[in-house]
Amino acid sequence: MSLKNNKIKNPVTQPGSALNNKTGDWRTEKPIIDPNLCIGCSRCVKMCPDACMLMKLDKEGKLKAEVDYDYCKGCGLCASECPVKAILMEKE
Amino acid sequence: MSTNKKKFNSFLSPGHNACAGCGQLSAAQSVMRALTDDTILISSTGCLEVTTTAYPQSSWQLPWIHSLFENAAPVASGIKAALKKKKKKTKVVIQAGDGATYDIGIGLISGMWERNEEIVYICYDTEAYSNTGIQASGSTPWGANTVTTPAGEKSFGSNQQKKDMLKIALAHGLNYVAQSTTAFPDDITNKVKKALATPGPSYIQILSPCVPGWKIKTNQAGEGARLAVQTALYPLLEYTNGELSNSSINKNFKALPVSDYLSIQGRFKHLSEAEIKQIQALADKNLKLFKL
Repeated sequence: MSLKNNKIKNPVTQPGSALNNKTGDWRTEKPIIDPNLCIGCSRCVKMCPDACMLMKLDKEGKLKAEVDYDYCKGCGLCASECPVKAILMEKE
Repeated sequence: MSTNKKKFNSFLSPGHNACAGCGQLSAAQSVMRALTDDTILISSTGCLEVTTTAYPQSSWQLPWIHSLFENAAPVASGIKAALKKKKKKTKVVIQAGDGATYDIGIGLISGMWERNEEIVYICYDTEAYSNTGIQASGSTPWGANTVTTPAGEKSFGSNQQKKDMLKIALAHGLNYVAQSTTAFPDDITNKVKKALATPGPSYIQILSPCVPGWKIKTNQAGEGARLAVQTALYPLLEYTNGELSNSSINKNFKALPVSDYLSIQGRFKHLSEAEIKQIQALADKNLKLFKL
C-alpha cells in the first residue's frame, strides 16, 4: 500500500482492525477442551494473552470454555494453568 | 465506534503480533478488564506498542496514542490538561515497559508525579529490553544472562541489582503504589480499579514473564510469575497513602526456595550454588521487610 495511490489519507487505523490478522496459522499445537471436565472457572480466559478463550453457556446452562481457533497461537498457557487439567495440547 | 468487543470482550483484540504465550499481553488483558470505555491509553515504545499496532492495523478498541520512548508521561499530562479544560472526567492510563520506566522515561515520570496529576501509570516489568532483543535494563535482576550482560567463563551475568522503582514512586508521595504479577489476573484487575479510584497519580508494576527473554517455554509465563511470588522475590504488594496495606501481608505464607523459580528459566541456568544463595538472601530480605 503506497501513499501515492491515495488509499490511505491519514495514519489513523480502525479500532480492533488487527482482527484481520488471523494468528491461528502460527499454531503447531492445538488446545482441546474436554467439556465434561471443565468446571467453568474462567482461569484460561483470564490468562490468555490473545483474548481468544471464551466462556459460553452449554445446553444445561453451565459455563464452559471455548477456543477461537482463528486467533489461538497454541502457546499452551491455558492447558498449563487449567486447575482440573481439562485442556490437552494436540499436535496440529 | 464499531467494535468486535462483544465477541471477544476485550479492549485489546486478538490478532496482535506478540509471541505465543506472552506474559505481558496476558497481564495487559487483565488491565483491560478494569477499564471502562471512557479511558484514553498512552503507550511508550516497547513490545506492547509494537506488537499491537503493526501499521495499518491496531488491536486497541480504546483511544490510544504512542509518542517517543521516554515521552508517555508528558503526553499523558497534555491529554489530562485538555480534558480538564473540557471539564471531562475521562481516565488516563499509561502503559509502559521496564526500559521506558526504569531507564529512559524516569526523569519525565518524576515530573508527572511532581505535578500530582490523576494518571495511572502501569509498568509491565519483563526485566529487560525485550523488544530489541533482551538487553539489560535497570530492572534486570542480579545474575541474569542477557545480551549485554552475557554469562560465561568470566561473568555470572548482570552484576547490578534491580532498581527499586516502588521506593522511587513512594518517595514522590504517591497515594497508590502496587506490585503484582501476570499469574494473578484478578489481583491485577482489582489493583488497577483501585488506582483509578484513587485521587492523584498512582503506579502499578506487573512482573510479566517474557518467553524469549526469560528463556522459558511458551506455556510457562503463568508458572514463572507464580513462582516469583511464592519464593518472595516479587511479592504482591500494595501501598495506600505510603503505608503497606494489610492485604499484602499473609501470616501463613511459607516461601519456596528461590531455586524453584530460577531453575525453570534459561537466563539463570548458569548460576552456581553460591550465586543462588545470594539470590536467596534477597528473598529472605523481602520476607523480613514486608512481613510476609
